[in-house]
Order: sequence, then C-alpha cells, then structure tokens
Amino acid sequence: MVMNEAVEVSCTVNGREVSLALDPRESLLDVLRERLALTGTKKGCDQGHCGACTVHVDGRRVVSCLTPAVQVGGQAVTTIEGVAGADGGLHPLQQAFIDNDALQCGYCTPGQIMSGLACIWEGHTCDDDQIREYLSGNLCRCGAYVGIVAAVAQTARDGA
Amino acid sequence: MRSFAYLVPESVGAAVDALGSARPGTKILAGGTTLYDLMKLGIETPPVVIDVHRLPGMSGIEIGADELSFGAGARMADVADHPEVRANYPGLSESLWRAASQQLRNMATIGGNLLQRTRCAYFRGGPEFPCNKREPGSGCAAIGGHDRAHALFGGSDACIATYPGDWAIALLAFDAVVDVVGPHGERAVPLAELHVEPGKDPSREHTLAADELIVRIRVPATKAGRGSTYHKIRDRESYAFALASAAVALTLDDQGVVGECRIALGGVATRPWRAAAAEQSLTGQRLTPEAARRTGEIAFAQARPGHQNGFRVELGIRTVADAVRIAGKRASR
Repeated sequence: MVMNEAVEVSCTVNGREVSLALDPRESLLDVLRERLALTGTKKGCDQGHCGACTVHVDGRRVVSCLTPAVQVGGQAVTTIEGVAGADGGLHPLQQAFIDNDALQCGYCTPGQIMSGLACIWEGHTCDDDQIREYLSGNLCRCGAYVGIVAAVAQTARDGA
Repeated sequence: MRSFAYLVPESVGAAVDALGSARPGTKILAGGTTLYDLMKLGIETPPVVIDVHRLPGMSGIEIGADELSFGAGARMADVADHPEVRANYPGLSESLWRAASQQLRNMATIGGNLLQRTRCAYFRGGPEFPCNKREPGSGCAAIGGHDRAHALFGGSDACIATYPGDWAIALLAFDAVVDVVGPHGERAVPLAELHVEPGKDPSREHTLAADELIVRIRVPATKAGRGSTYHKIRDRESYAFALASAAVALTLDDQGVVGECRIALGGVATRPWRAAAAEQSLTGQRLTPEAARRTGEIAFAQARPGHQNGFRVELGIRTVADAVRIAGKRASR
C-alpha cells in the first residue's frame, strides 16, 4: 500500500484508455500537457484561481492544476480536445463563442468552454446573473465576459 | 514539491490504522484544494499523504426529521445543490455555493473544508516572512504589517490570521456536531469546540488528534432553518474570501417578534465566531431595521481592529444587520 515512487494509474482521457506510472506529486494539468501532449488545457495561475485548466472528471468540472493526477484512477477525463463532434465539427458552445465574440487572446477559452458546458449540464443557467455566478471561477484578463455569458446563455437556450 | 509516500486505504478502518501508525506530519488528503495547493507552495511538506477522497460510504446526505447528516466526503457542490438543503436550510446552502468556484466545490469535501487553512498572505508567502503558524517562534509579519484581511476577533500577540471558511460559520450557527473516528472508535465534537484560537501556538488550529478522521457532520433540525441566510461581503461579487460574513437563522411569530435566534460571524475572526450577545439582544424583540442595526453593533462591540482593517467593523455591523433582515424576510414567508 505504501508507494514512495511511481503509482500506476489507468483512466480514460477523451475516451481513450491511458495507463501511466505517475509521481504522486504530478498534477493532472501537467500530465495532460507534458505527458499526453494535450496542450489545449492551459496553465494560468497553477493555484486554482483562474480556471484556465478546467477539465471534466466523470462529467464534473474541476481545476486540473489542483487535482493530483493519481486521484483520477478509473475515471473519465475530458479536455477541450474531447468536446468536438465525432465528425470533427465544433461543439455548439464552441461555435457560440465565435458567434458572440467571446474571446480576444483566447488563452482562457478552453477553460471557459469546459466550465460553460458543465454550467449548462448542471442547470445553472436560469439567467445571466446565475451564469456569471457559476462561471466566476474562470477569469478572462481580456474582459470578454459579456460575450462569454451570451454564448453560454444562447447554447443553454438552444439545448446543447 | 517535497516528495511523499502516497497511501490509499480502502476503508475507514484501514485509514484509521494507517493514521495510527503513520510518521509525524502525515496528512489526510481529501479534495486536495487546500493541502495540494499548500504542498505546491512548499508550505505543507508531509512525508506521507493518506488519500481518503474515494473512501466508500463517506458521501451520503440524509435529511431526517431530527437531524441532517452529511458524510464528510460529500462534495461542497452536492450539499449546496441538495433540494431539501436549499429549501429548508438556505443559510447552509449559501455558505457552500458562495464559497470558492464551482470547479473547487466539485472537488472539495465538506469535511476537509472545515480544516481549510488561513489565506494570510504571510503564511502562504513562505520563509521570506516570519509566521508563527508556519514556523513557530518566528514571529508574525501581519501584526503591524498589511492586516487589511486579518482578524478583528480572537487574535493574539502571536497570530491574527483569519479563519477563511464559510461552511463552518453556518454550521456553528446551527450547533452542528462533527463525528470523528480514531483508534478508540467514534466521538462527537461540537463544531464550537473544533477550532481553537491561536493563543501562544498558532500552529495548532483544531482539537482533533493526528490519528482522527472526520466521518460526518450532523445538524440538529430546527424551524429556524427556513429563516436562515449566509450573507457574504467580498471585494468582488463572487469567488473571493469574505471581508465580513454572517450566518443568521431565526424564527418570527405573527407579530414579527424574534423567537429562536442564531448568529455567527465569518471572515473576521481567527476561528468561526458565535455572536452570543447579539443573539440574546435580538431574541424577543420585534425585527425592525433599528433592531437589526443594533444587533450588528452588539456583534462587533468587542472587535479589535489593527492598522488597515478598521473599515471592516462598520462593514461587519452592516453585514449582520442585512443578514438579520434577509433571514427575517425568509422566516416570515
């Protein structure tokens, strides 16, 4: 039971089976980016403040920077690379971000979209105030919030 | 980050056994949002980490006629969104969804959240700053330093770090009990006796032994639940720690007179802070705006501000007054 060195962890990432020998210190964020080359998930603050690293674990949004990778054994991880349709087409929320000018530099966008998707699934989209409250864990230094809220509201309305 | 041995016990019993035989400094890992964060910063350096985040049977939520029972491993988001908690104990629900972000609430457990460590910037800042909590005997950089966010109540010459949590404040107002399991079985710890003031030894923050694990939190059922709120005032509207907060729960009779009255303060003290004198002053009174204001003034009568946090006395008074009025509205519905 004591593991001082590598810990064997199996999970799925975007539907693909992954088995890794992990140092228990490694964050899910670093494993996604550095080991699996899934660089769509962004490292912003690395302290749980900014939300740029948001991914889904078993369908729930989490910040991958504060998730020890050893904790996702047996679970399903979804990143921004996993949200597009099977035909490679954009997810409606991705399209809504484009249509609503919901980004400028784009660095926070993968996290915003992962958070926005979960916000819709959770049903926390009653009105713009509730969307703002439930997206407050995702910061946008460009200040594209108006477009972000509009994109999430539109997608929720359209039933994504 | 310092390397550590990583243990994953498969039952509560195995976890307690592991804790009992563990090296000094061993830490329990649940949601990880405090511990892993502080390990990344080099503030926490446990030689062994015992991961309990997926222990079976730890995340149940039961709403009984006499009490509410929450498994310590339940996620903050799940308790916040529980329909009966939302409807009948809005103050409990608000104390959860007004904390952190939804991502963090999906990760953090309601047991681990109770022992969340302070956000004092000198504590988190590392060896550059003296901090009796982090390095006993090194001093306190906050006293005489930048103390805008520091405690108005419960501080000592050694430490004025604010207890940062919200959930524990609401639980304190509701007289919650924390069940912990250790090598000799279970014991019940009143929430009011869980946290300690810093005194001479700020590194000691709670009364649990190193080999004890929180397994559930129980809240006695009360009619005041429906007339409750957790009112939280911050530098920004959402996703920030409290500059001042108040958990208030009360009942009103047909004449608008306060029957049961419960008030606890958050963001302003070194531990969850019960405002007993304020509760007594409002009990039996008609709930008027003046009475609400007076309740806030009594709650903050003993506040001891430092250099930069004096504004939070008036802010705290208004926070309590507003919380009392919100609770009153809910109680009269």
